[in-house]
Amino acid sequence: MTENKELICINCPMGCRLNVTIEDGRVTEVTGNTCPRGREYALKEAVDPMRILTSTVRIEGAVHRVLPVISDGEIPLRQMFEAMAEIKKIDVRAPIKEGDIVLHDILGSGVNIIASRTMDRVD
Amino acid sequence: MRHYQAIIIGGGSAGLSAAVTLKDRGIEDILVLEKDREPGGILEQCIHNGFGLQRFKEQLSGPAYAERYIKMAEERNVKIKLNSMVIKLTPDRKVEYVNSEEGDVTVSADAVILAVGCYERSRGAINIYGTRPSGVYTAGQAQKYLNMNGYVVGRKVFILGSGDIGLIMARRMTLEGATVVGVAELMPYSNGLPRNMKQCLEDFNIPLYLSHTVTNIFGKDRLEGIELSEVDDKRNPIKGSEKYFDVDTLLLSVGLIPENHLADEAGIEMDPVTRGPKVDENYMTSIDGIFACGNGLHVHDLVDFVSLQAERAAEGAARYLSDGKSEAGVITLRNGSNVSYTVPKYIHKDAKINTEVFFRASRPMDKASLTVSCGDRLIRKLARRKVMPSEMDRVMITAKDLKDLDGDIVISMEENA
Repeated sequence: MTENKELICINCPMGCRLNVTIEDGRVTEVTGNTCPRGREYALKEAVDPMRILTSTVRIEGAVHRVLPVISDGEIPLRQMFEAMAEIKKIDVRAPIKEGDIVLHDILGSGVNIIASRTMDRVD
Repeated sequence: MRHYQAIIIGGGSAGLSAAVTLKDRGIEDILVLEKDREPGGILEQCIHNGFGLQRFKEQLSGPAYAERYIKMAEERNVKIKLNSMVIKLTPDRKVEYVNSEEGDVTVSADAVILAVGCYERSRGAINIYGTRPSGVYTAGQAQKYLNMNGYVVGRKVFILGSGDIGLIMARRMTLEGATVVGVAELMPYSNGLPRNMKQCLEDFNIPLYLSHTVTNIFGKDRLEGIELSEVDDKRNPIKGSEKYFDVDTLLLSVGLIPENHLADEAGIEMDPVTRGPKVDENYMTSIDGIFACGNGLHVHDLVDFVSLQAERAAEGAARYLSDGKSEAGVITLRNGSNVSYTVPKYIHKDAKINTEVFFRASRPMDKASLTVSCGDRLIRKLARRKVMPSEMDRVMITAKDLKDLDGDIVISMEENA
């Protein structure tokens, strides 16, 4: 069975419109991409979309009440809400440095949740 | 009165970048005035990724992008006064600011760079009819409450305006457990980046209502619901098209305006379209030694270009500090067909630098020809695809192009079949 899908590449602000041909659940052709990342994106997107996740976790002893965090790799879009539930359980204490891991290997994906900024200790 | 070589008003993405560049050009005695308790500006609440692709060839979150510039500023010993709000700028470059330690202080400088950012249009700016309950926020305000203060502002949300902040907040609120029942856009096309349409709305099956607007707000203390109407091609609501949504929160993502009060009061000539100052190729405003850049000059869609523009404004200020201003006449850049604005607005005839002009198309076009011309002379013609008003465009006008030009330069976009 051949299926055609139209996708918008989310790698950069260009937002290329991609056309993907899928045969028996496998991508056989990608057109419309301007760079190799577009092709790579289309291959994953057509089968199992992957996303970077950003959120916040509670922080104590810092200038703000929450610390922004980001996944250091992509996680499946279908697992976003499960991942959010894991992130909600976390409490951290200042000081925190940008890049510090706040949650290892989220949902066994091999991806870590890391601090996306430094927050000094304030008393 | 303390006198500086340069004062930068604003310690966000534009201000930090300008400060770093000034230091690198040997302008040592500078001061950055920042009203918030930490530098970084609006980036600190933009926790999503996608920043820095042009600048650092990486996808960074807003805070991580800001941190790179904060570090660069620290390495160069940039003096930043925090919690310091500038309340007045005069044409002779006196800057009055207030903070809780020093009180009311006036300082002066040979050059002042406005890096003041922008503010959000609110409910009052678009005159939505109805009661005045709580639960109506600008998107950026809700973003700050959520991402910096840790408060989810509502459970059932409608978003008016398809600007990027609105789209980003649709996803963020959804992930936080709220239900976003829809996003409405007055125009027949989206105002956000295509990738945000995809990853913020489509990923979570959030409906987008194009050519729709909110026409009534209900609720006594807290918002209880909104009325949504379709609009005609003149953007007037169509009677009988009303739909009702029970929501406790309405987010407005209906445009940003350069924070222009200081410039306006100083008597700087303003552009009625961008609502920021008019600047020349050095980013100098109509007042000698006062420069402007970033979202305080015109609203950008990518922070990367804010940083870039602030560098250029700082370079312009550095040239002014060493060489003074150009006494040559100026060529005006005019908006041709389908172009809503250009920045800069003027280029000196003796400009030695090439000038990259930022501009926006006034309507979407699938294929277009971009032309830069002066009278009968065609300076440049370039092909463009998938033109959107929400995506800023750029074109270079070289110092060589300016030779023997007589009259204004017109930048136009013509749609091709």
